Amino acid sequence: MKTCNKYKALVIGTSAGGLKALKTLITALPSGFCLPIIIVQHLNPQSDGFMAHYLNQLSHMNVKEADSGEPIRSNHVYIAPANYHLLVEKDETLSLTVSEKVSYARPSIDILFESAAEVYMQCLIGIILTGANDDGSNGIKKIHSLGGLTIAQHPESAEVPIMPQAAINTGKVEMILHLEEIPKMLGELCNNPQSGKHKSI
Amino acid sequence: METTNNLLKEIQTQDIEIDLLLEAVFKRYGYDFRDYNRAHIKRRITHRKQSLGLNSISELQHKILHEQGFIEVLLRDLSINVTEMYRDPSFYNVMRKEVFPLLKTYPFIKIWHAGCATGEEVYSFAIMLKEEGLYARSQIYATDFNPVVLETARKGIYPIAKIKEFTYNYQQSGGTHSFSDYYIAKYDSAILDQNLKQNIVFAEHNLVTDSVFAEVHLIICRNVLIYFNKELQNKVVGLFSESLVKGGFLGLGSKENLMFTEVFDHFEIVDPKEKIYKKKVQLA
Repeated sequence: MKTCNKYKALVIGTSAGGLKALKTLITALPSGFCLPIIIVQHLNPQSDGFMAHYLNQLSHMNVKEADSGEPIRSNHVYIAPANYHLLVEKDETLSLTVSEKVSYARPSIDILFESAAEVYMQCLIGIILTGANDDGSNGIKKIHSLGGLTIAQHPESAEVPIMPQAAINTGKVEMILHLEEIPKMLGELCNNPQSGKHKSI
Repeated sequence: METTNNLLKEIQTQDIEIDLLLEAVFKRYGYDFRDYNRAHIKRRITHRKQSLGLNSISELQHKILHEQGFIEVLLRDLSINVTEMYRDPSFYNVMRKEVFPLLKTYPFIKIWHAGCATGEEVYSFAIMLKEEGLYARSQIYATDFNPVVLETARKGIYPIAKIKEFTYNYQQSGGTHSFSDYYIAKYDSAILDQNLKQNIVFAEHNLVTDSVFAEVHLIICRNVLIYFNKELQNKVVGLFSESLVKGGFLGLGSKENLMFTEVFDHFEIVDPKEKIYKKKVQLA
């Protein structure tokens, strides 16, 4: 199997407590970090894009809600709009659907992670942050099975530990990190892609 | 490593099988999903494969070609028919305020609702036209490629459980009457005022394979383009541009954007958030 010299994208899934965690993570990313980031945060269906607007003001990257058909670009953060599933297409564009909820959620973390895993294979990093259900666990399994790097927020540092714990329980999470450690690790991974592999947790 | 390699091979195999399946559906039935966004299609197809306990997608292809009626199952999987009355009420609010005053200037108003699914939004427009005094001189063409959902649309009968949401949306959209004026409750159903159908024609039309069929003043097509790849999106919005009179309006879903298409310069933006566009009178 070819190894990945360079990660190409980062996907993040979170629900309860996610806004705060995302703020901490995204504002602490080193300025050189420019991998595209694609995020599913469970939102109530009436949400109106506030989160993207808010994070955009705090980040050196361009944070926006994902539009259908949009090409995935570096230095951009894409957030799934409320009430739509967000998927990654083979040509590295984003697509949206309103198909059934998965694990009671739309957007669903599993749907994003699984589609992204098939496109980016071993060049994908997947992170599960704080949250109150087990969405994302199947996605973590898929990313891992295709050679990507899987990370979970340490349940102790999570506002709601259920989601990262569920991911960890799959046995397919390679790194368990406290929230504050994640941006630093991401910076290292970006400069030296192998630093995350074979590291004990 | 070994298992990852096997998985990669399996993914490639599945991609080939999906190509073949979509080819079979097109050749046998004329429904063309080949230029739909693949991630979504793949998810739906693998889902169906698993729920039937099949070993491979090729077995689905066998069923499509040899099993009568199976196409309906697959059509249901591949077409998303999620809709509601006054979906995204603010869209309807802008329609009332920005678009209807201009529609009023036409002696006869033709509206095409493309991809109308089960019809809730078609009736939403019919009610608005009525309230604005425009219904009597309006003609609505409501089309979908899926005959099963079109039949539901034609009936205009919806689960009573949805009425609460419909009523809320109606009020949010700027509706001025009591929503209960427009339906009769019967057992578990809400039967919409059957007079609303008078000027609606429900017809099968496939945006992917069919062409222009009328010149219209307003086209509504919401959350259909999100399933199409770039080429198909360009083709379909081209079809819309051709079908609209100069100065005609196009209303899309809130996450659909003409900006990424080739006909963007045919249109001006009426409302950027609600994705309502107006075809330019002078094309450059």
